[in-house]
Amino acid sequence: MSEGARDSMAQSSADRRRHRRSRLFAVVCGAATAVGVVALVVLLADVLVDGTGALNWSFLTSFASRFAERAGIKAALAGSVWILVLTALISFPISVAAAIYLEEYAPRNWITRLIQLNIANLAGVPSIVYGILGLTVFVRTFGLERSVISGALTLSILILPVIVMASQEAIRAVPSSIREAAYGLGATRWQVVRHQVLPMAMPGIMTGTILALSRAVGETAPLIMVGAVGFIAFTPTGVLDEFTVLPLQIYNWISRPQEEFHALAAAGILVLLALLLTMNAAAILLRNRYRTRR
Amino acid sequence: MQERRLEGAAAGKAAGLSFDRTRNVKERIIGNLLFACAAISTLVTVGIVVVLLTESLKFFGQVSVVEFLTDTRWEPLFRDQHFGILPLATGSFLVAAGAALIALPLGLLTAVFLSEYASLRLRGVLKPLLEILAGIPTVVYGYFALTFVTPLIRVVLPGTDVFNAASAAIVVGVMIIPTVASLSEDALRAVPTALREGAYGLGATKLEVSTRVVVPAALSGVIASFILAVSRAIGETMAVTIAAGNLANLTLNPLESIQTMTAYIVSVSKGDTPQGTVEYQTLFAVGLTLFLITLAMNILSQWILARFREEYQ
Repeated sequence: MSEGARDSMAQSSADRRRHRRSRLFAVVCGAATAVGVVALVVLLADVLVDGTGALNWSFLTSFASRFAERAGIKAALAGSVWILVLTALISFPISVAAAIYLEEYAPRNWITRLIQLNIANLAGVPSIVYGILGLTVFVRTFGLERSVISGALTLSILILPVIVMASQEAIRAVPSSIREAAYGLGATRWQVVRHQVLPMAMPGIMTGTILALSRAVGETAPLIMVGAVGFIAFTPTGVLDEFTVLPLQIYNWISRPQEEFHALAAAGILVLLALLLTMNAAAILLRNRYRTRR
Repeated sequence: MQERRLEGAAAGKAAGLSFDRTRNVKERIIGNLLFACAAISTLVTVGIVVVLLTESLKFFGQVSVVEFLTDTRWEPLFRDQHFGILPLATGSFLVAAGAALIALPLGLLTAVFLSEYASLRLRGVLKPLLEILAGIPTVVYGYFALTFVTPLIRVVLPGTDVFNAASAAIVVGVMIIPTVASLSEDALRAVPTALREGAYGLGATKLEVSTRVVVPAALSGVIASFILAVSRAIGETMAVTIAAGNLANLTLNPLESIQTMTAYIVSVSKGDTPQGTVEYQTLFAVGLTLFLITLAMNILSQWILARFREEYQ
């Protein structure tokens, strides 16, 4: 065998090893991806198996109770809806206005940079810290007590940076030619924003807002600090009423040692996940419709 | 940003002038209102810092910073009070380290798979699944840890406490996989195709292209995602409160019951500790510590992104 042939054979066997290793790596990457998906499936299956038995009409329409067989999530469900609506009403206008300012109005100076940097950092603050803020400012200093409005205000500032950043991205995606055309026709800055930029950016803004709100609905820690973890057997009738929400009620049931209450917790989780999935589906539908239209 | 005050151009006639004036006043009011809304976000930060600092200062008036940072016992509710943050900080880091051990490699490999291997169609299925994983409330992860992961660990290692750090670390790890995967994937996909094609042209395999070209080129984004994910793990509250226990325990054994900083904050706020007492102020001292740690990590992550970003044309 000639020198060259042996070289090329050694070469090709090394090559084969390299390609084999590469194929193996593909499998490893795929397996790693599968771990996350499998974890999701196992988690959902676990909750379904534990919770389906306890999930029925009376579970949805009864108040919490010391007796597992009589307990339900009426108060928690009503509280979650209250919190969802109020949080949306408070956080949406403020966040969108902030995003409009940063994208359409703000001069390029240190104040703008500071606000922008600050929003990015707020997004990384642990939710429990917002709970401490809400407890001290809304519950105690403002004297709002452990009320629906304290909870909604706390969650509003928690999701504010999320909505601001999503809205900014949506506003930035509006082509500047649209703005230039409107300015060319003599429109004022606000007219451009109101009639051109906002309508075009709205699907993106709504998607971001719905996703942020679904985070608020699933949030537990800050509401433990602000809200009542205790026993709530009524639905709120006003913003100053005490309240509980689905995640809090679930946490309450998880904390009990008895198995029956764990089943209730799982059933509560199913309701919570159904609510969140509906919200997420709405957001994804909005996003897809928006994509196909452009 | 270019000057956009073009409205004055139409102001020739007197009637036009007064119309313009009211228009300008309205414009200015709207501009100021929008600015006020943007400024609220800054107010939130000021609020957080003021609240944490004022109450923490009262705390440190009674407990020295040295004791806080070096005492190895955290027993604020016992008669013989000890205020050492170490057991809580260790608890938080134990969970975060365990979670990182799971989420960083899995998240990065997932990112590589999504950006380098998966077909568009597969990607279209996997991305929403990861988004769902990211959107599951933390209290649900807590339930999963307590009712599924913990019993499983106790089958394998029967000596494990009912509440243990390992179970919490595992679910927190799963929880932050999407953070790592999605942010890293963004960074990997930002690497220009020309770099990959150059390497393929030299005969490199997909493994070599991924690990020696794409990941190194996107390293700043990958590391930023790692730091952000670990910072999220440290700030995670519900899963650790439910699964890791509420026993401030200075240990590195993940099979023991521990208490994290976040779980301590929850346990104090649930109890009826009277305001104004040093026990109540611990809430803010621990909160401040948590806030500073996560803030430092977030800033570090942003700094790495800005400082080491490779710019490609």
